[in-house]
Amino acid sequence: MTTLHLKLLVWRQAGPHAAGRFVRYDAPDLSPDMSFLEMLDVVNERLIAQGEEPIAFDHDCREGICGSCGLVINGVAHGPMRGTATCQLHLRSFRSGQEVVIEPWRAKAFPVVRDLIVDRGALDRIIAAGGYISARTGGVPDANAVLVPKDDADAAMDAAACIGCGACVAACPNASASLFAAAKIAHLGLMPQGQPERPERVLRMVTQMDMEGFGNCTNIGECQEACPKLISIDVIARMNRDFLRASMFGGEGRVTGGGEA
Amino acid sequence: MELRARIPSGPLADKWDRHRFEMKLVNPANKRRYTVLVVGSGLAGASAAASLAELGYQVRCFCFQDSPRRAHSIAAQGGINAAKNYQNDGDSIWRLFYDTIKGGDFRAREANVYRLAQISVDIIDQCVAQGVPFAREYSGYLANRSFGGAQVSRTFYARGQTGQQLLLGAYQALCKEIARGTVVMHPRTEMLDLILVDGRCRGIVTRNLVTGEVLAHVADAVVLATGGYGNVFYLSTNARGSNVTATYRAWKRGAAFGNPCFTQIHPTCIPVSGDYQSKLTLMSESLRNDGRVWVPRQAGDHRAPHEIPEPERDYYLERKYPSFGNLSPRDIASRAAKEVCDEGRGVGPGGRGVFLDFADAIARLGRETIEERYGNLFEMYQRITDENPYRVPMRIYPAVHYTMGGLWVDYNLMSTIPGLHVLGEANFSDHGANRLGASALMQGLADGYFIIPVTIGDYLATTRLEKITTDHPEVRGAMEAVERRTSRLLSVRGSRTVDSFHRELGSLLWDKCGMARTAGGLTEALRRIPEIRAEFWENVTVPGSDAHLNQALEKANRVADYLEFAELMCRDALHREESCGGHFREEHQTPDGEASRDDDRFAYVAAWEYAGDGAEPVLHREPLVFENVQLAQRSYK
Ligand SMILES: Cc1cc2nc3c(=O)[nH]c(=O)nc-3n(C[C@H](O)[C@H](O)[C@H](O)COP(=O)(O)OP(=O)(O)OC[C@H]3O[C@@H](n4cnc5c(N)ncnc54)[C@H](O)[C@@H]3O)c2cc1C
Ligand code: FES
Repeated sequence: MTTLHLKLLVWRQAGPHAAGRFVRYDAPDLSPDMSFLEMLDVVNERLIAQGEEPIAFDHDCREGICGSCGLVINGVAHGPMRGTATCQLHLRSFRSGQEVVIEPWRAKAFPVVRDLIVDRGALDRIIAAGGYISARTGGVPDANAVLVPKDDADAAMDAAACIGCGACVAACPNASASLFAAAKIAHLGLMPQGQPERPERVLRMVTQMDMEGFGNCTNIGECQEACPKLISIDVIARMNRDFLRASMFGGEGRVTGGGEA
Repeated sequence: MELRARIPSGPLADKWDRHRFEMKLVNPANKRRYTVLVVGSGLAGASAAASLAELGYQVRCFCFQDSPRRAHSIAAQGGINAAKNYQNDGDSIWRLFYDTIKGGDFRAREANVYRLAQISVDIIDQCVAQGVPFAREYSGYLANRSFGGAQVSRTFYARGQTGQQLLLGAYQALCKEIARGTVVMHPRTEMLDLILVDGRCRGIVTRNLVTGEVLAHVADAVVLATGGYGNVFYLSTNARGSNVTATYRAWKRGAAFGNPCFTQIHPTCIPVSGDYQSKLTLMSESLRNDGRVWVPRQAGDHRAPHEIPEPERDYYLERKYPSFGNLSPRDIASRAAKEVCDEGRGVGPGGRGVFLDFADAIARLGRETIEERYGNLFEMYQRITDENPYRVPMRIYPAVHYTMGGLWVDYNLMSTIPGLHVLGEANFSDHGANRLGASALMQGLADGYFIIPVTIGDYLATTRLEKITTDHPEVRGAMEAVERRTSRLLSVRGSRTVDSFHRELGSLLWDKCGMARTAGGLTEALRRIPEIRAEFWENVTVPGSDAHLNQALEKANRVADYLEFAELMCRDALHREESCGGHFREEHQTPDGEASRDDDRFAYVAAWEYAGDGAEPVLHREPLVFENVQLAQRSYK
C-alpha cells in the first residue's frame, strides 16, 4: 500500500492571551484513505506517548454536519477540496512530501481559545438576535394547513444547510459574517411561517453582526468558495434588499409570499 | 429500590389525556421561582429547555460542544416518523404504536409507546411552525418516505439532513429564550457529577472545559438529555464526544440503569478501512427504499460487482424476508449481513461488506431522481471511499449506532432519583430491544417539547424543597469528588494513551457483546474488562493540567467511565438468557436462525442498581404487561 509523508507546520497557542507560534511536526506513514483529522489524531497519539500536549482542535461529528471542525490549511479555510469540511477531507488530496500549514480561523470576532480552537460564540449571538420564528411549543396549526411551494422549500433548504462553522468569516478578507447571517435570513424569509418577523429579524441580526466586530461585505465572494455547503452569495443580496426595505418601512416592510428573490 | 412506573390506569388511548388532567400544575406566577437544569442541547435537551423557559421556569442548559447547535442530533440523516396518514396508506396512531412495539421485540412499555405515537403528529406541526424546511411535493404538501420495519410511508424528512433541520429548529427556539434571559446557556461545560440532598436531585457539578473551573449548580430539578453511549465500542456512528459520563455518574448516585445491553447495530455503514479509523459513517436507512442489498452466491467470488451476473447474486434480504425485503428492521438486516460475511461471501477488503446497489433504481427512476433523494449521501460516500456509487454499488457493513438502554424512567420520565428526569436517547426509552428507523428523533422531541414540560410541573407542585446553597456539605462533597478524580487521572503519568485503552475495550465489546453474544464470550469479557481498567489506572498518560482546555483529560474522564460501564452491559447481556431485538444470544435462536424470545422468563425491563464499587449491581425487574397487543414471534417474512 502507498503511504504518505507530510511535513506539518501547526499553530500552537497556549491560551487566549498567550503568544502563538508555528511548530514543525513530521507525519510519516500515513494512508491516503485517512481523513485529515485522523492524521492529526495519529500525530497527537505520538505526542501524548512522548508526554507532550496534543494539538487542540475542535471536532465532533466528523461527518461534515456539526460545524465543529475548521482549520485553515495552506491558507485555505477547510483546505483544498471545494464544498468539503475539514473532517471530510482525505489525505488523497495531498502529495507525499508536501508541507502543510495548519492554522485556526483568524478573525477579530473569533478569539483563539487554544491552538486551533477559536471562540465562535458571536455566531450564536447573531442567531439569538432574531434568527428564529417565535412559535411557542403547542397550539400551532396542522402541518399541511399552510402549503409551501416546492421551489421555496428547496431554496430555503439550500440556505438552511449552513453548518455554522465560520469558514465564511475565516475566508473573507474583511472577516464578515454576512454569508452566515444571510443564510439564516434567507431560510426563514423563504418560508411563509417566517414572514411576520421578517423585517425585525434582518434589522436585529445585522445590528448584532456589526456589534460583534465582524467586517462589512464588499462582495468579494471568498465566502461561498470556502463554504463546505456551497451556500450561494445570492443570499447576501437578498439580505441587503430585506435590510433596505426594513430600514425604510420598519414593520411596514412586511411582504407576503416567500417566493421573490 | 422500588420501581414505580406510574402508568396511568384506564384504556390505552385515554391514559395520557387523563394523566395530564390528573397531574398538579404550578401556578403560572410561581414558575419563575423554580430553576431547572437541562444537561444536553440535542433534540431532547434543546426542545425541553426552550419549552420549559416558555412556560416561565428559570432554565440553565449545558453542553460540551462550543455551541448547542452542534449536539450529536445534528447528524441524523434520514427522517422522523409521525402517524399523520397524509399518504392515506392505512397509517394510524395505532399502527405506529404497534410497529414500534413489535419492532422493539416486545420489550417496551405499551403506555409509553402509545403516547409517543399520539404525540408524533404534534411534533411535525410544531417543527413546520418553526420553519423547518421539510421536503415537499410539487403541490406544496409535505412529502414522505418509507423506513425499515413499516409498510406505510410515514417518515418526514429534509433531504438527508433531517436531524440538522429539526435541531436547528429547537436550537433557534432555545436562542429565542436565551435572548429573553430565561435560559442561561453554558457551552463547553461538562457535567461530571450529580448533587443529591435528602435523597432528591438538587443539582450538578460541572467542569468548564476552557478554564478547567469546577462549579456546582443547584436547582429544583435536573433534566438529563445527554444522548447515548454507543461510543463505549470506540468505533460507532456517533459523534466523537458522545459519552456515558452523565448517565453513568447518575447511576452511581442511585438512578437505576435500564437494559444496558440493548444496543443497536445499524446495517448500513461504510466499512472500516484501517486501524487509524476514528469513527464509522452511517449511510441512512432511507437508502434501502431504493437500494438493493446483495452478495455473490459463491463464497470467495472476488469479481467486480458488474461482472457478477444476476443469477449468481444473492439478494438475501429479499429472499429471506419477502414481505419487508430490503426494508427489514435493523437488527435483522445487520445479523443477515454478518451471516453472509461469516459464510465467506462478504465483499471488499477483509470480506466484511455487502453491496447496496442502486443500478435498478437508477434505471427505473433516472439518475436525477436518485440524486434528488440521496445526493448528499452519495457525495459523502464518494468522499470517504473514493468510489462513485452512481456507477459501482456501495459497500456497507453493520456498525454500532444507537443505544436503547439508558437510565430507567417512569411514565413521567423521572428516574429512580426524585427530581432527576431523563430524556431522549439517554433514557431506556420506548424502543425496547430494537429501535425502528426515524423513531429516535420522534422520541427526543416528544420527550422535550410535549412530555417533560407537563410532568416536571407535577413534580415541582407536589414536592416541598428546602432552599440550598452551594455551601451545602453534599454540594462540597460532590465537587471534591470531581476534583480528586481529575487529579488522579493526571497523576498516573504512565505510558499508554487514553485512546489505546478505548480501542482495546471497544474491540473486546464488539467481539463479545456485539451482534452475536454467548455466555462464554460474555464471561470472558467480564474477566478482561477489570484487567484493562486496572491497567488504565496504572499506566495511562494524560499530559497537561486541569487548569486549561485539555482534550486528553476530557477523553480520559469519559474512557474511565466506559471501563466501568462496559461491565454493566456485559452483565446485563449475560443475565438475559434469550434473544430479542438487537440482543442476540447464539444459544437462543430458532432453527432458521431468528431471535428466540423467552417471554415467560424475560418479559421485563432489567433495571440495575449500583451497590458500591467492587460490589455486584442489584437487578430489579419491571414486568412488562401487554394488554393491547398479542406477543408473537416477530416475523418480517
Ligand atoms: C449518524 C446518525 C444518523 C441518525 N439518523 C437518525 C434518523 O434519521 N432518524 C432518527 O430518528 N434517529 C436518527 N439517529 C439517532 C438520533 O440522532 C439520536 O438518537 C438522537 O439525536 C439523540 O438525541 P438526544 O437529544 O437524546 O442526544 P444528543 O443529540 O446526543 O445530545 C446530547 C447532548 O448532551 C450533551 N452532553 C452529553 N454529555 C454531557 C455531559 N457530561 N455534560 C454536559 N453535556 C453533555 C451534548 O453536548 C449534547 O448537547 C441517528 C444517529 C446517528 C448517529
Ligand atoms: S467535525 Fe462536524 S463538521 Fe467537521
